[in-house]
Amino acid sequence: MVRAMEQYLRSGIPSTPFCPGCGHGILLGLVLRSIHALGIDMREMLFVSGIGCAAWIPSPHFNADTLHTTHGRAIAFATGAKLYNPKLRVMVISGDGDLSSIGGNHLIHAARRDIDLKVICANNMIYGMTGGQVAPTTPQGFTTSTTPLGNPERPFDLCKLVEAAGGRYVARYSVTQPLALMESIKKSLSFKGFSFIEVLSPCVTQFGSKNLLESAPKIMEWAMEKCIPREEAEGLSREELEEKIITGEWGDVEDSTD
Amino acid sequence: MAWKRIKASLPPGRYYLSGNEAVAEGAIAAGCRFYGGYPITPSSETMERMAHRLGQIGGIFVQMEDELSSIAAVIGASWAGAKAMTATSGPGLSLMMENIGYATFTETPCIIVDIQRAGPATGQATRVGSGDIMQAKWGSHGDYQIIAVSPWSVQEMYDGTIRAFNFAERYRVPTFVLGDEAVGHLRETLEIKPWVRVFDRKKSRGRPPFDSKNPRQIPPMPTFGEGETLLVTGSTHDGHGIRRTDDPKVHSRLVRRLNDKILLNQQHIVDTEEFFIEDSVLTVLCYGFTARSALTAVKELREEGHRVGFMRLKTLWPFPHERVAQLSQGVEKIFVPEMNRGPGGRGGHEIQPV
Repeated sequence: MVRAMEQYLRSGIPSTPFCPGCGHGILLGLVLRSIHALGIDMREMLFVSGIGCAAWIPSPHFNADTLHTTHGRAIAFATGAKLYNPKLRVMVISGDGDLSSIGGNHLIHAARRDIDLKVICANNMIYGMTGGQVAPTTPQGFTTSTTPLGNPERPFDLCKLVEAAGGRYVARYSVTQPLALMESIKKSLSFKGFSFIEVLSPCVTQFGSKNLLESAPKIMEWAMEKCIPREEAEGLSREELEEKIITGEWGDVEDSTD
Repeated sequence: MAWKRIKASLPPGRYYLSGNEAVAEGAIAAGCRFYGGYPITPSSETMERMAHRLGQIGGIFVQMEDELSSIAAVIGASWAGAKAMTATSGPGLSLMMENIGYATFTETPCIIVDIQRAGPATGQATRVGSGDIMQAKWGSHGDYQIIAVSPWSVQEMYDGTIRAFNFAERYRVPTFVLGDEAVGHLRETLEIKPWVRVFDRKKSRGRPPFDSKNPRQIPPMPTFGEGETLLVTGSTHDGHGIRRTDDPKVHSRLVRRLNDKILLNQQHIVDTEEFFIEDSVLTVLCYGFTARSALTAVKELREEGHRVGFMRLKTLWPFPHERVAQLSQGVEKIFVPEMNRGPGGRGGHEIQPV
């Protein structure tokens, strides 16, 4: 299995740049395994990313066309490429800051247009590459390098945002739920229309170290405890839910698959 | 060479169009099949005509959510194989700047039409200006070159746009059509000739798309979906697109080549027009719409017996340093009338002869 996956990786790239304990490597593997499982030819794929750690998941590692763009604009570049050549299967992989802060306008408009893009948002809840500054996805109260007394602001619920903007397949999973996440990526790859998957991918280096989650096992355990499937969430009180991240699918996925 | 002669997209003959409409027709004639833009006065007529015309011929038109995404979509479409264009005006051009720098660094052919208005800021949206010419050249961060044409008539809005596409495709560089409100809204006769000469980007399988041994030569540009496993990045990269963000030699080689590929090919790009130069003691150096008034003034001065010469820059960038230096040798002064305050900020400036 491991050797079989090598064809999906660009030769000559020695290793990923991700820190030990980073969730992005798991996500990288799951995207490629999903493509492999569906038998999709990598020559049909175009991977577009913005700026930040998550943008390096496809570029340069994936053995396909990759477009590593400016900060926040990945979806806009992808829109141009997809509209001109609809045969390309276009997947955008980027981070939470890139897609929902500086690039938030393009995210909601692409969802509104229902452009056939598969957007994967690797959410590490922080600006990792620039040194751990607060993001619009950082939970309230958590410490970052620009919120030393704790984040006073509320985070975005990205799935609600994209669904409200018209996204038809919307999902949230954690890298600690690899099988469910892979099924979701496969659905997104088979879906015609705008799809969005928020992937909780914890950052031990910048997020964990400032919030008493300073080792990879600790932050992964935290993510496992924090994430509960939608079905389980239904029985919980409001107070109990405040501590949780609900994973699952939203939108009307049955609407339009290949 | 990748030059070819194709039939004009409109039946040959005489038309009565505005400059902004002529830009759209020039783009269609040059093979533009993708337009991404955002409404802004005084350039919107170009976008409206592109929406109509691309719909007729099966091209792609998209009105994006802002100017940042407009130029981004144009760059994405260009890598997907399109001849692609956007049109805007001052404030919109300011918003596009980061991605224009990205296009220079990734060597992406694309056209930015800037119909200049009186700035800074919102300024006077319906009034003419030429305050963007320095921004067009220097507006994004870092060292780079672009090409800009400077039309003075509706005819040149058509011909100049075709030319801009040819420059962009040939040199893999963002190219500006630097018009202004006056030439954009002017209506006059446009002659469409039966044939158009166009250049299509060169392709070559397996060759590095981001390097060439001779900086005069432009590397081939493959397209997404051709199986070339392209790596396009705005980070410093080697010939194959691999990020090399800590090797000063790779950065130096790339930045020098991107500047040299335009500067060393200047003789194929720069275009000027001169009248009454031989015996002149004063020369008027101008460009764009201002040149029309300037030429009238020069002719009147000539009739009164003054030895005044006239030089017009049909291409603004790269700047024709050599020709202007030559010109300055025989004259006492060069006057530069422009619709801006000049580099010193104090109005009309003089170039002292060297």
